[in-house]
Amino acid sequence: MIETLRVGAERGFIEFRHTLTNAQDLWGYFFPSFGLLITLYFMGDAKLPGTDFSLGASTLPSSIGMLLAFGGLITIAQYLIVDREDGTLLRAKATPHGMNGYLIGKVVSTGGMTLASVLVVLVPGLFLVDGLQVDAGGILTLLWLLPFAVVATVPIGAALGSLLDNPRSFGLIMLPIFGLVAISGIFYPITALPGWLQGIAQVFPIYWLGLGMRSVLLPDAVAAVELGESWRHFETFGVLAGWAVAGLLLAPVLLRRMARRESGSAVAARRERAMNSMVR
Amino acid sequence: MAGALAAGTQVPPGERVIDVRDLRMRYGAKDVLTGVSFAARRGEVLALLGPNGAGKTTTIEILEGFRVRSSGEVSVLGADPAGAGEAWRARVGVVLQSWRDHGKWRVRELLGHLGAYYRRYSAEARPRPWPVDDLLDVVGLTAAAGNRVSRLSGGQRRRLDVAIGIVGRPELLFLDEPTVGFDPEARREFHDLVHRLTDVDDTTVLLTTHDLDEAEKLADRILILSGGRIIADGSADELSRRVAGESEIRWTRDGRRFVHSAANPTPFVRELLLQYGDDVADLEVRRNSLEDTYMRLVHDFEGVQK
Repeated sequence: MIETLRVGAERGFIEFRHTLTNAQDLWGYFFPSFGLLITLYFMGDAKLPGTDFSLGASTLPSSIGMLLAFGGLITIAQYLIVDREDGTLLRAKATPHGMNGYLIGKVVSTGGMTLASVLVVLVPGLFLVDGLQVDAGGILTLLWLLPFAVVATVPIGAALGSLLDNPRSFGLIMLPIFGLVAISGIFYPITALPGWLQGIAQVFPIYWLGLGMRSVLLPDAVAAVELGESWRHFETFGVLAGWAVAGLLLAPVLLRRMARRESGSAVAARRERAMNSMVR
Repeated sequence: MAGALAAGTQVPPGERVIDVRDLRMRYGAKDVLTGVSFAARRGEVLALLGPNGAGKTTTIEILEGFRVRSSGEVSVLGADPAGAGEAWRARVGVVLQSWRDHGKWRVRELLGHLGAYYRRYSAEARPRPWPVDDLLDVVGLTAAAGNRVSRLSGGQRRRLDVAIGIVGRPELLFLDEPTVGFDPEARREFHDLVHRLTDVDDTTVLLTTHDLDEAEKLADRILILSGGRIIADGSADELSRRVAGESEIRWTRDGRRFVHSAANPTPFVRELLLQYGDDVADLEVRRNSLEDTYMRLVHDFEGVQK
């Protein structure tokens, strides 16, 4: 077990390094971050509705919550789909403890890249917006929120990735996720939405990750504009824990099913289909 | 005849690295394997030949543990591949038809990383993994060690696949069409490598190929799979002896070339030499080539089927 963790972590670091030295990958990871910075810049002096608190200062932590969710949900799903098509997963299956090493490696490399993409927003963002405030309580919240962000999203992302076996159907998970971002109070307060949309948003982890990050980075007085006029840490904890449990129950079953189906002819058939759809 | 051949070479039960009995595979309503039986002993090179769609890949995938069979008994290195664990996996090497994984990795980096999974299975008699520099040298990739995998030529990529297949010093190696895309020199080097694996490491090898010349050069024993079962099992010589065929006699006389076919070449050659004596030059008698044998066996079998 320790040996697999070690080899898997080593794999994660190697992949992390590959991404950091590959312009195309970097662009893929940091494009959302740059987009966010530009958005923050244009928010300028706009105020959070009903307060004289800067809208940018509220959006920065919310979007960090969104990046965490993207990192966990989308990145790992994308990796699983692509790696299945090019045979990386089958290679892992042909290696002793290779599947576990592969998954540990993915958690490490996507975790590293997510952290990097958060820093790319956070550091320049601190200069762009005023009013952020981190106290000891905030740091304490961050200590449980970050691991929860990973555990609540990565298994679900892996489960999603194991369900689709075609990179071209990836839009099937991207679209609903973007839809969720739109209603999760990331760029605009959720209180401005109709009640039923608020209800849907509060089922999924994106809203809660945004809320959690706001609670870390904003002064407590700003909680007054949130639903329930509080940071609702207890509920955040509950919903994220629910997703974590669901993901941890579901992902191993789906991943095992996916691994069981991998074989040379499955990879070859998938490639043939990819070639055909490219020709057309 | 097919029945007699299918009985095949007897391998004593205690020496069986692979033992397959009455293996059947059915996809939906289609029977792909209809009772495959064979065995392989330690250190042996077995070539699995057969027309496309005969079930070669299905057979090898079942033995690799990548596919669950419909019925039959399969034992590979003493375990059922369908439920064998990671320790079993460490003793088996797999080279599939085509890979394009790990394109961003560098050759040395990838071999070093994949080798690390085998470290805990190192034994005194068989230290694992294979040291990367030795391995690069063995497969002729030393000069490409620092290259990205996606930048390798087709032949280099294939040699990397073979290197990954043997990085854990497997006791049993599966090779699915290993030399496709090799130039003659690379092919020769690959054959030397297989001989080295079997001679030095006592590795058992099961390979599929469409290259009959390669099967004849590499394999101790040839299995011909057709219509979902083994229709012949033996060395290239044994197989050709069992198929009634014509030998080809070639010679030159007064600068002219002659070719003649005869079921029994001995009386013909005796007659030829009596008549022309030393005028006959460049005399060659060739029994059925493996290709002739193969075509004959597959055609005869398909005839029986229809």
